[in-house]
Amino acid sequence: MPSHLIGKDAFQEADIVGITRPITKHNFLVRDVKDLAMTIKMAFYLASTGKPGPVLVDIPKDIIANKCAFEYPETVEMRGYKPNYHGHSSQIKKAAEKLRNAKRPVLYVGGGVIMSGGTKELALLAKENNLPVTMTLQGLGAFPGTDDLSLGMLGMHGTYWANMAVNNCDVLVSLGARFDDRVTGKVDKFAVDAYKIHVDIDPAAIDKNVVVDLPIVGDVKHVIAELAAEMSSAPHINDWWDQINAWKDECPMDYEDNDGLLRTEMVIEKLSERTKGEAVIVTDVGQHQMWTAQYYKYAHPRSNLTSGGLGTMGFSVPAAIGAYFARPDQPIISISGDGGFQMNIQELITAAAYKLPIKFIIINNSFLGMVRQWQELFHAEKFSFTDLSASNPDFVKVAEAMGCVAYATDDPKEIDNMFDKAFAVTDRPVVLEFKVVKENMVFPMVPAGGALSDMMVKRLNPKLM
Amino acid sequence: MKRTISVVLENRFGAFNRISTLFSGKGFNLHSITIGETEVPGISRMTLVTTGEDKVFDQIVKQLNRLIDTIKVVDLSKEHAVARELALITVHYKKGNRSEITELCRLFEGKVVDINNKTLMFEITGPSDKIDAAINSLAPYGIKEMARSGAIALKRGEQERQLATKQLINHS
Ligand SMILES: Cc1ncc(C[n+]2csc(CCOP(=O)(O)OP(=O)(O)O)c2C)c(N)n1
Repeated sequence: MPSHLIGKDAFQEADIVGITRPITKHNFLVRDVKDLAMTIKMAFYLASTGKPGPVLVDIPKDIIANKCAFEYPETVEMRGYKPNYHGHSSQIKKAAEKLRNAKRPVLYVGGGVIMSGGTKELALLAKENNLPVTMTLQGLGAFPGTDDLSLGMLGMHGTYWANMAVNNCDVLVSLGARFDDRVTGKVDKFAVDAYKIHVDIDPAAIDKNVVVDLPIVGDVKHVIAELAAEMSSAPHINDWWDQINAWKDECPMDYEDNDGLLRTEMVIEKLSERTKGEAVIVTDVGQHQMWTAQYYKYAHPRSNLTSGGLGTMGFSVPAAIGAYFARPDQPIISISGDGGFQMNIQELITAAAYKLPIKFIIINNSFLGMVRQWQELFHAEKFSFTDLSASNPDFVKVAEAMGCVAYATDDPKEIDNMFDKAFAVTDRPVVLEFKVVKENMVFPMVPAGGALSDMMVKRLNPKLM
Repeated sequence: MKRTISVVLENRFGAFNRISTLFSGKGFNLHSITIGETEVPGISRMTLVTTGEDKVFDQIVKQLNRLIDTIKVVDLSKEHAVARELALITVHYKKGNRSEITELCRLFEGKVVDINNKTLMFEITGPSDKIDAAINSLAPYGIKEMARSGAIALKRGEQERQLATKQLINHS
């Protein structure tokens, strides 16, 4: 739209700067072509520094068409924006002292460690000191899931032993995580006995959800490196590891696998064994997302792409296309439910048009599975509007019509064969439909608003199986 | 408890809106908000009066600091500060009570700024509780209309620590 029409309710006018204000890190309206270069420079600077985040630049049509001498600024100076990268060294020394003397420490790792590029530093800190590491959904990949020190994911659908460890630890070190409600459960019952250390680049994250004992504001990569350097001796925590392993034995991650029915867990486990973490896994939102988080062993940072905090269904299909262009050297595997897959199903055409060898997995349980799970558990088994069995299309036909190769199965014995066929195709997208058990549920589960210690490990009403 | 925050910010397109969006988006209480220029071109000062528990207030200050246009946030509740509001109050008078009303107004150091055959308009400035008291005293006569500004506030002078806006910017 040209600038002179702004505010006139012109054709296709929407106050995009106003609309995006609460969902961007910052936004700009460019009002003079002379400001364009500086605005773009500032936008990239803001988006990529401090706590990274999206920045929107609204450029009216006439400003795009106007001309001026191009001069791209070398540097930017913003009086109101000075991210602090280096944590306070006395705070870091104090953290190291607490950690050295801990009897039951846990490292609680979020996506910030990946964003800051601090995964090597994390591995060093954890391994040299034999520290248990648990990760948030966005933190998966920050530390190898196959490592003995990994407790897997924590929180609502985290492992029993990770949640028990966090809830019973004496020193909790949060690294680039924000104490999200899906992680903490009921906050006043969260890790009550722990001395809490919170490392975050965003000062506003400190004490926002959980009041901590020792805040360290800085870039988590730098802080972890300094913390590791301060660890002159490792804590003595053999008893603690025994306890964690006992929890692991008490409630391992397992599922019914000898009734001949296909289950999501099997598909994810097979995928994990097959790719050995050498793939980019792009999930959608729902049960399949949680099962992937539980059963896929991520080996590398940035191999786990998922819509976490916002949980927007429809994310996986287009995000996988983006992932391909960023990492054409890696197998790109999109995993969606039958519900979310249909939210951006049209992008299969884009993937086919560009001949992208992406593997699109549909976990088809004929339900909006995660909502169905809540209906069963918390809403008196009222399964309103979640049964898709009558309306789902024939996914194989749709995919083929859109230029993809497609296969479907409901047989656990066919999983390997499906993957063999899919990986043999290199010049087109492949859609793999796994028709899984309809009423399966994700466990363990901390009910929303419950404490981590209130984990449910099994289904209440086995009749519904 | 009411708290007063002074925010020094870039006078840019949308900066004010960003702050009001922050308050509504995060569910923070906002009692009053005023904004105006400072002695430095391009820099505005906003005075916010809010209520909330310590934890909420701590978040308000942090979230304000987090905004890109924000240069400095000062919690004036923790400082010696001067805070002032302005009120314009139009009061009905009758034949017999005009001087009684103006006398009352003088007690509050108010000024008559308009008069006609039925009403008087007063201008009163001062801290919030003084304005409250003036309104309460005038209410029995019948307030026809009233307009009240939010507070504006500045930290009191300290020999060394007092920083002008210009210095704040260099320090931040
Ligand atoms: C765009 C959008 N709409 C609705 C929701 C609410 N929601 C969360 S999970 C879910 C069900 C997802 O079903 P499906 O895609 O079939 O995956 P499943 O849970 O069965 O694995 C819904 C509706 C959401 N997160 N995003």
